[in-house]
Amino acid sequence: MTSNKTVLTVDDSRTMRDMLASALIQSGYRVVQADDGVQAIGMLANETPDVIITDINMPRLDGFGFIEEVRSNPKYRAIPILVLTTENSPEMKERARKSGATGWLVKPFDTAKLTDAIRRVGA
Amino acid sequence: MRSVALEPELPADHQPDTLPPDVLASIRLQFLQECEEHLVEFENGLLQLQTGSTDWEIVNAIFRAAHSIKGGAATFGMDRLVEFAHSLEITLATFRSRHSFPEPKLLTVLLRAVDVLADLVREVRDGDTLDQECVRSVSQDLATALQSSSPDGGAESDDLVELGFTPTPVSFESLDAEIRDRWIVEFRPHNALYATANEPLVLLRELHSLGDIEVDLDDSAVPSLSDLDPAEPLLAWTVSLSTSHDEAEIRQVFEFVDGLCDLTIRKEATESIQPAPEERASTLSEPKPIVRKDSAPALAPTIRVDLEKVDRLINLVSELVISEATLAERVLNADMTSAHTSGIAAAFDNLRHLTRDLQEYVMGVRAQPAKILFQRMPRLVREIEAQTGKSVRLVVHGEETEVDRALIEGLTDALTHMVRNAIDHGIEHPERRLKAGKPAQGVVRLNAAHRAGRVVIEVSDDGQGICRDKVRALAIQRGMISSADVLSDGEIDNLIFEPGLSTVDKVTDLSGRGVGMDVVRRSVQALGGRITVTSTPGVGTVLTLSLPLTLAVMDGMIASVFGQRLVIPLTTLLETIQVKESNIHRLGTAAILLTVHGRRVPLVDLGNLLGYGPSRDQQSSGVALLVEDDTGEQIALLVDDIPEQRQVVIKSLETNHCRVAGIAAATILGNGTVALILDVNSIVASRKVRPTPEMGLAVHA
Amino acid sequence: MRSAADKQPDSVQGMSGEVLVFRVRTQEFCVDVSRVKEIRGWTAATLLPHSPPYLLGVINLRGTVLPIVDVAARLNFPVGAPSHHPVIVVVWIETKQIGLLVDAVCDILEINENALQPTPQLSSATVQDLVTALVSADDRMIGLLALDRILPRLEDGIV
Repeated sequence: MTSNKTVLTVDDSRTMRDMLASALIQSGYRVVQADDGVQAIGMLANETPDVIITDINMPRLDGFGFIEEVRSNPKYRAIPILVLTTENSPEMKERARKSGATGWLVKPFDTAKLTDAIRRVGA
Repeated sequence: MRSVALEPELPADHQPDTLPPDVLASIRLQFLQECEEHLVEFENGLLQLQTGSTDWEIVNAIFRAAHSIKGGAATFGMDRLVEFAHSLEITLATFRSRHSFPEPKLLTVLLRAVDVLADLVREVRDGDTLDQECVRSVSQDLATALQSSSPDGGAESDDLVELGFTPTPVSFESLDAEIRDRWIVEFRPHNALYATANEPLVLLRELHSLGDIEVDLDDSAVPSLSDLDPAEPLLAWTVSLSTSHDEAEIRQVFEFVDGLCDLTIRKEATESIQPAPEERASTLSEPKPIVRKDSAPALAPTIRVDLEKVDRLINLVSELVISEATLAERVLNADMTSAHTSGIAAAFDNLRHLTRDLQEYVMGVRAQPAKILFQRMPRLVREIEAQTGKSVRLVVHGEETEVDRALIEGLTDALTHMVRNAIDHGIEHPERRLKAGKPAQGVVRLNAAHRAGRVVIEVSDDGQGICRDKVRALAIQRGMISSADVLSDGEIDNLIFEPGLSTVDKVTDLSGRGVGMDVVRRSVQALGGRITVTSTPGVGTVLTLSLPLTLAVMDGMIASVFGQRLVIPLTTLLETIQVKESNIHRLGTAAILLTVHGRRVPLVDLGNLLGYGPSRDQQSSGVALLVEDDTGEQIALLVDDIPEQRQVVIKSLETNHCRVAGIAAATILGNGTVALILDVNSIVASRKVRPTPEMGLAVHA
Repeated sequence: MRSAADKQPDSVQGMSGEVLVFRVRTQEFCVDVSRVKEIRGWTAATLLPHSPPYLLGVINLRGTVLPIVDVAARLNFPVGAPSHHPVIVVVWIETKQIGLLVDAVCDILEINENALQPTPQLSSATVQDLVTALVSADDRMIGLLALDRILPRLEDGIV
């Protein structure tokens, strides 16, 4: 991947953030991190990433709420958003979709799956 | 607002499948650290629920903690941990979905479950294997408790309990059908597809990555501009794809938009009925989170700093203090008068104030709430309760009291032992308590507070108190005192700190085994603190720890003895006395006493005691320092000159050497030489008890 | 040639191949160079109470309290004229640092295990204990010091 695209990762777990960042950087992405949804929304105002990867279970504002918030702003309707989830079920997909998520990544995933998913949502 | 932009360093075409092992290892370690934090949150939440809290956010927080542990554990393949965390998570999910709080019986099981979870984390980290039975029994109890508290008699919970969890991503089964070369993909997106920021163009590109394509756009549904409703999906594509990939891979391109479009994939000229990709994953739905936008408490901004950096910072500041003192001494001693008139002395005063302030603030960085020290106590109490069959309630006060981190590290073991002792020896069995008119449940109290510039920690219990007769008898038996000795109640109580006096008729493995109160006292003293005990038979016992607020710095009096500089801790010094013929009283050839305010205290020839020089017993003039130890016992130390007061930085003697009797630590004076800091307690003790051949200040074997 | 010693001298294992040679009175001794932290001049030491005669006391080494061992005294050499410019060799013993007081530092020698010989039986018990092997180089006989035994773990005082 020769892109220098920017990924915004949103996860309250430092472990997760570090793993994502490591994998993304090695794959040639530029990474911007947020601890939670509220912070991420603030960061969107500063720069628009090429793709957002967000966890679901976070305090203050959970992943779905965050995505809904993002989508409510017409400016961000087209940013691809991937949710990180531990489960793969119709209900999860339904919920993700309803909130406006573009796609999902099921944990645990390796670097290949991560970059695949990012590519498949157009970033 | 924090923004961390990380630039890629590896060449852009480097595509590893996994992270390098050392990166993985350090992230794994971090994850285990995070687990500890989650566990604390979990336990605290449960304890709060146990005391009747009805804050729903607690249930959410607990759930998140279990979920985070599970997620991370799955990433690292920690199967047993994942399994158990999952069952915990299901239990909590049930309550979240019912909007009801777990009741006391379930909370108790949950607390046990947290303990097991902690053990599983430890198992991963340290490599010991946990007893499977333990894990199984708690899992079972969880399931039972869940069923019994279910409103519909367990039908719901059966489903949940049976669900397995396999943290694997969706994998597509390979197809039976032959893989043909040419496929037709028809694709008409719905509105909803665009609402999720999916892009047909991206999908087409993905298809292209599978092979050669020809794309036909069908825009026949597009009306004239005036009738155009941009919200209506109007475009459709037909793609002819020539590929060696199988259908599963083609369909996977549309994975995210499945259901958001009309999609048909077929082999050219051949219709094949494709099974839907099988999902070998759990069918448990993601529990619907209860989002409360206003529930977040205002968080004080904090940053995480490596402890090593803080320690280095503190060391540097300590060195700065010493350098400043050295410099001041050299300059000011060189020429006192001109120093004062030229303002140099004033400048140094200023510098000294700044350095002291800096030191205070830097020390403060290491301060943490005592809560961390008390953290493990609830679990400890639960364990001992189970082991002894006693019933104990733990009450904690003053958790917010700030305490230097080194204190926390140094005191954890001691505190553990004190609490064990309190329950083991102090609190009686419920029947005995009831007979004595006490409630069946005993109370152990932990209290931390700042008092008179020190940190005071109290461990008290409402048990039977110290059995003075037993202690006295044991001390006589061990030769520590003679039967003729008369000791006050306080003195007998303090005997529990003597080595070899483990006051227990049967040595349980709870508090026997050479970990006695003497070791506790030693560790407290090593931190620059004191420990005292007060006890009332039948009512209870209180152990009081008094510790300095900051560890590395101490106020002391620098005195000379045979040319050697010694530091006497200011907290032990009562007054300085001129020794004259008139206030000396000799008792035979053995002892010399000094009369102080009408009392007689032993006069100790410090130089001789430490082996620096010959005895000065015949001396009838000089300077004596009246000092007292932790128990209030007083003696007078004979020194060469009137000491001066200094603030000194404490340096360990044991880093490169070993413990030296009579010496607590060392310091580096302004002139760069080492001065030893006196251990007043041991000096006083050596003079107090009648000397026997084993005792004395012999240092080497 | 190395005869079958009863125990492998502990300083020989993991030796870097180079030793620092120093002089104590009229004899030469050495330690593995990898154990040497630094060399510095002499400063007066602060006495430790009731210490054995070879433990001179402690000095300040840039903020660390460093015990100083008089090697001549430790080897039970008779008291002689002290050197004009004694030297302190700071060495690592596991995680601790101590200073060895010697008369002078001579040189650094490259040695291999073949150059090691066992300490002769005729030496005093102290030397047997503290010198694990003899290094022969040219016609010099240099004793390899057993650093782990140079400062025995002093018992805690009983009070």
